[in-house]
Amino acid sequence: MTTTVEPPELITPEEPDGPDGHAPGTHGGHDEHAHHQGPTGILNWITSTDHKVIGKSYMITSLVLFFIAGIMALVIRVQLADPTSSLVSFQTYNELFTMHGSLMLYLFAGPFAFGGLANYIVPLQVGAPDMAFPRLNALSYWLYLGGSITMLSGFLVAGGAASYGWVAYAPLSNAINSPGAGADLWLMALGLTGFSAIFTGVNLAATIFYLRAPGMTMFRVPIFSWNMLVTGILILIAFPVLFGAVVMLFCDRHFGTHIFTVQGGGVPVLWQHLFWFFGHPEVYILALPYFGMVTDIFPVFSRKPLFGYKGMVFATMSIAALSTGVWAHHMFTTGVVLLPFFSLLSYLIAVPTGIKFFNWIGTMWGGQLSFQTPMLFSIGFLFAFLMGGVTGVLLASPPVDFMTHDTYFVVAHFHQVLIGTSVFAGFAGFYFWYPKMFGRMLRDNLGKWHFWALFVGFWLTFMPQYLVGLYGMPRRVADYLPSNGWTGLNVLSTIGAFVIGASFLFFLVNLWVSWRDPIAAGDNPWDGGGLEWFTSSPPPHHNYTHLPPIRSERPTWDYNHPEHRTIHTGQPVPVPADASDGKETVGAN
Amino acid sequence: MAVAAPLALGGCDFFPTYGASRGATQQGHDTFKLYSGMMTTGIVIGGLVGLLILWTLLRYRRRSEEMPRQFHENIPIEVLYTVIPVLIVAGLFVFTVLTENNVDATVPMNATLTASGKPVVDIRVTAFQWGWRFDYTGLNVGVAGETTNGPDNHGPQMVVPVGQKVQITLVSDDVIHGFYVRDFNFSRYALPGVTNVFDLDVLNTGTYSGQCTQICGLYHSEMLFSVRSVSPTAFRLWASAEVRAGHTLVRSGSSTSNNPPLDTHVTPSNAIAPPSLVKGSA
Repeated sequence: MTTTVEPPELITPEEPDGPDGHAPGTHGGHDEHAHHQGPTGILNWITSTDHKVIGKSYMITSLVLFFIAGIMALVIRVQLADPTSSLVSFQTYNELFTMHGSLMLYLFAGPFAFGGLANYIVPLQVGAPDMAFPRLNALSYWLYLGGSITMLSGFLVAGGAASYGWVAYAPLSNAINSPGAGADLWLMALGLTGFSAIFTGVNLAATIFYLRAPGMTMFRVPIFSWNMLVTGILILIAFPVLFGAVVMLFCDRHFGTHIFTVQGGGVPVLWQHLFWFFGHPEVYILALPYFGMVTDIFPVFSRKPLFGYKGMVFATMSIAALSTGVWAHHMFTTGVVLLPFFSLLSYLIAVPTGIKFFNWIGTMWGGQLSFQTPMLFSIGFLFAFLMGGVTGVLLASPPVDFMTHDTYFVVAHFHQVLIGTSVFAGFAGFYFWYPKMFGRMLRDNLGKWHFWALFVGFWLTFMPQYLVGLYGMPRRVADYLPSNGWTGLNVLSTIGAFVIGASFLFFLVNLWVSWRDPIAAGDNPWDGGGLEWFTSSPPPHHNYTHLPPIRSERPTWDYNHPEHRTIHTGQPVPVPADASDGKETVGAN
Repeated sequence: MAVAAPLALGGCDFFPTYGASRGATQQGHDTFKLYSGMMTTGIVIGGLVGLLILWTLLRYRRRSEEMPRQFHENIPIEVLYTVIPVLIVAGLFVFTVLTENNVDATVPMNATLTASGKPVVDIRVTAFQWGWRFDYTGLNVGVAGETTNGPDNHGPQMVVPVGQKVQITLVSDDVIHGFYVRDFNFSRYALPGVTNVFDLDVLNTGTYSGQCTQICGLYHSEMLFSVRSVSPTAFRLWASAEVRAGHTLVRSGSSTSNNPPLDTHVTPSNAIAPPSLVKGSA
């Protein structure tokens, strides 16, 4: 194609009057004023308040925890492949599924997204030099690391790690039924990582509200950052409630309160209300960031703008709003909740989620799709989440929930949802932004091997689990009777789990190859549209030396493809030849 | 798996099972029909969306370097795919509420006859770590069993009459347990401090396996039981035989003890291991 229009002038953040003579194409660069003053080496890492360093630390830590939790899952799967297996004892088994769930949900899926990728990408996407509160950001990471070590240390104490499931239902989690120190460490870990999440939520919301670059109005914020804003607000709604519940349970365990014990006049089911009032927003805290990742990825690999940008924003907001009113759908079988209310609200979440689905399809519609690794993982997410979503609609019906509650049907459902988001979409995001973060590419062929192995393993693992759940297999059982007839399906599921495990070997090899034999990524290897693709890879210390005019949610695209630039009228709009846009946008915010 | 005979329910072959039980109780059968209908809906809608995605992927795969048209909204279509899902979930919600009303309907507590004149059998089910106790309050029969390790463990058995209304009063002695019978398509928590009441109308004679579904500690996976449904005559004979054998209510109401009394009845096929042996071995 030929460029018929000159690109508009650049804005220099330090000198908003106009460009300072930098050649176009090096919009970051390691020039002298970008150098970080201070200690170097490990001390630099420990004392860093740079969102990019903290984001990478978060990602590395959460991926390590993801692999630890994944290995626990493989042990669980081996145990279940044989009905009478005694690979691990009942106690160890209970510890394993508790810690598998806790690590995956509290320490991987959330922190990988909002502490890792969002921490790195959101300031870049909105054109900020750092997060709003860089030192609070560092505190978040260290609380998270400390909390993660605290939770894992449960394995080292007498009595073992927490063994009451990741939901810690009272009264099983009280001092009589779970006397070990592992349970206390688990609670403390939730307190520490909970505050880590709260601080990150504050930071994300403040960054997106207050540190947007000139010209970036709220409806020009990329959807990933939009979703992180909504996630941040959901964190502020949900995590304080969890912290309150954790403090109450700790008091019950140690200070003789009887908030959750019947004998002392307490109400055990109160724990479930408090926990799920956190827990269901938490499900969307874990999902919305990943929705945001694929929403940023589909347009790039379709060479089109996002379809239905505003619909996407409103869908995200409605999901967040509804998610605070559906907690008791986890409690249908308690017999003490108003079924139709929670059922109806749960059903309604399908509507904004459906809007997102059709917007993703609409984005690809009429495009020029290329199936590089990030796109493949995003498509994998679509199919995984479609299956998890359809079974989720079934579970919103109380009678269907009665028949499947606490069986492997539910286990399969939430694994498809959570792996669809945090693994398929999460690795889509990782492959997509890795070149920006490290300045080098991951190999596409190894990425494709990773994807296809994961995709096959995923369906092989979880489709049999739906069936074995319908055949009556409850969750969290360490063994079952050979006469139950569940063995064959469990063997299939275990094989699938090992295929998933093997798929991550391709990922690790890919990282290693990229480390040993780097291929330079350049600023914008995917021809991405978001602002983050405008700066160098990796970006300089304060991210930008120049900014393009921001007239849509994809300013880099507008800058690189002025003849295909769009504003929200549905038609391409040519840039005026005098390129006065730059001046207009300065101070527009 | 239950050894229930295949249910011959007239006119219900219309509903594919999709892996589920057709339901050995009236309530479970109603639930099954809802499940089957929703599953059909889900397969149709999910399948259409999946095909739409596949078609999009194939149709719009990159075939040239030509820049596609940069459109990014189409308000009528966006409104359409907002309104249609609202209508679909509204429809699902209506069927859900109708079924739920049937499943949750109970006769008044302590009623001895239903409105249509069917006798009501009251059973107080107590879940404990780790086992079940079935107290037939109107018949002075008490059945209980602890769990055991090993392949012979099937837990205690609850015997119920076919064609009569069975009202279950579900309580827990200690932590939360889940009362679940796969072929009844039903589960309910045994929740400390809460008395849950539900009715079962068992349709056919048979034996149905049940199990605790809510993690309740070390021996959660061993907390099995079964339900045997027999004719009303056989049920009366069974009850009087139990009374003669001394398997009567040893006390009323639930206890808060962690240890169930050892003088309750154990069905001969399910010998209890000494509690010390069960609880001490990890």
